Amino acid sequence: MDSIDVLTLVPTSISAYLEQELDKRFNVLKLWTVPNKTQFIKDNSSSIRAIVGHGGAGADAELIDSLPKLEIISSFSVGTDKIDLKKCKEKGIRVTNTPDVLTDDVADIAIGLALAVMRRLCESDRYVRSGLWKKGDYKLTTKFTGKTVGIIGLGRIGKAVAKRAEAFSCPIAYFSRTEKPELKYKYYPTVVELASNCDVLVVACPLTEETRHIINREVIDSLGPKGVLINIGRGHHVDESELVSALLEGRLGGAGLDVYQNEPEVPEQLFGLENVVLLPHAGSGTTETRNAMADLVIWNLEAHFLNKPLLTPVV
Amino acid sequence: MADDNQSELRTVLILRRFAFIVLMEPKLSQKFNLLKAWDSPLPQDQFLTTHARSVQALISSANGPPITAQILQLLPSLKIIATTSAGLDHVDLAECRRRGVAVVNAGKAFAEDAADAAVGQFIDVMRKISASDRYVRDGLWATRGDYPLGSKIGGKKVGIVGLGNIGLEVAKRLEAFGCSVSYNSRSERPNLSYQFYSNVCELAADSDALIICCGLTEQTRHMINKEVLCALGREGVIVNVGRGAIIDEKEMVQCLVRGEIGGAGLDVFENEPDVPKELFALDNVVLSPHQAVLTHEAFMGLGELVTGNLEAFFSNKPLLSPAVID
Repeated sequence: MDSIDVLTLVPTSISAYLEQELDKRFNVLKLWTVPNKTQFIKDNSSSIRAIVGHGGAGADAELIDSLPKLEIISSFSVGTDKIDLKKCKEKGIRVTNTPDVLTDDVADIAIGLALAVMRRLCESDRYVRSGLWKKGDYKLTTKFTGKTVGIIGLGRIGKAVAKRAEAFSCPIAYFSRTEKPELKYKYYPTVVELASNCDVLVVACPLTEETRHIINREVIDSLGPKGVLINIGRGHHVDESELVSALLEGRLGGAGLDVYQNEPEVPEQLFGLENVVLLPHAGSGTTETRNAMADLVIWNLEAHFLNKPLLTPVV
Repeated sequence: MADDNQSELRTVLILRRFAFIVLMEPKLSQKFNLLKAWDSPLPQDQFLTTHARSVQALISSANGPPITAQILQLLPSLKIIATTSAGLDHVDLAECRRRGVAVVNAGKAFAEDAADAAVGQFIDVMRKISASDRYVRDGLWATRGDYPLGSKIGGKKVGIVGLGNIGLEVAKRLEAFGCSVSYNSRSERPNLSYQFYSNVCELAADSDALIICCGLTEQTRHMINKEVLCALGREGVIVNVGRGAIIDEKEMVQCLVRGEIGGAGLDVFENEPDVPKELFALDNVVLSPHQAVLTHEAFMGLGELVTGNLEAFFSNKPLLSPAVID
């Protein structure tokens, strides 16, 4: 298969293993290595048969249209919001993602962020490293156990977050497109009501037109000065400027963020806040999981080019 | 000048104005006549001899001063010590037993908060939360790319050292993350599905991480020594919410510096507030200033428990949280 041209958008820093495995099998065109990306794509447009994207970079209608030989987009992510799925459907282009293998890691990060924010773990670490710890100094933080955790989106990741939070005796509430009566969690028909009735609000749904800015000013104000927002979804789930002003003004109690509107840009006004924890889109960031994701990408591509059924198709 | 109300209140001695007292003084003053040693110009021993001979109750803190045989000698009427900690290593328990002084501690009041802190630090070390938060705040994500990958928590074998109130809460939480839990304790606990190891070194050898949740005693001092750390290994992680002296700190620092263990989450140190400076340069270490139990909720709960214990004592009712001493 090493005559097959595969365009990859996944830099080495995200997965060296993926790059290595792609190199073994295909003729890999590495977009991040070239200075003039538009020209590069033009130069190779008639031979690219596959794209490997990730959570932050996919394929819009324009790119898809410019690649007449494109057959499959295999995303190194579970979210496919950066891929024009409608266009792919129209043109018969297959799309695959990496569900399930990253569910645990992302759920772990959600709880890790909640604990880090509420118990000020990062702030304390900074404090001790500064050498300023004096005998008798103390600061009281907020207990996590027993707090109500509200989850937006009760899919694989949402359910995994709920399972972990339950071990901390947290009552679970949720908002979802449809109520799930088989689950013993409290359903709220609107995000505002959910936000008003929980202490920690976790965004765990896919990004679609409907869920863009699902966390807006009204929701933030409902969550309130003691509430904590945890975003493990996509940056565009949150009206970022509203979030920043709410945190600066104390209208929101705290935030644990793994994703942002324009990664890797992170609003600098947040850097001075102790009630905020900022991660560089690391939800699936473990060696084990990134390798498992890479394997899924490779297996899907191989299956496609060998005319076998895809393992994890989205389209 | 004591008013009528004050003279009906039973007297409780406090030696130092520590965090709990600062917060709880208003409430405690309503229920008890607080005899505050720190308020007096007299040195402590003299104060006790002069004013505390008939005092029956003392509120003590793990932050000091330690309740030594010497102090107990100056308090001949003392019958109960209420410590605001779960730990008892700062109280001469043998001397208390000899003198018939009951000791009540924080019991389970802190267990959940301590477990939350232990699990939080464990996740932090494994997933590099504090380190990558620092990376983002230093503006490095845009310039240097993604932060190095962490280690998956699911499927890891965690060894809990000390399966008491805190250890059990830690176990319950980690199970939900898909960890398999084993433990070392003074004795095996029946009816638990966790694997018991009578030898902490064997536990370390079979574990990906150790979480220290036990108290500091003669037996546990420097229990986590070079041998145990070697058994834990290059990829192993250690989290300590017990007492600093349970770990041979010098040895652990060397292991971390040399890359002989994978990482550490430390809330306690042998000589607080001194923290070995070598740790400040390490990204695989998460540090906190002995705050595993310092939440608003824990303090409220503790306030009720201390008050409840002292009220029970003074009205000759069963104590709420007598310390389990062996």
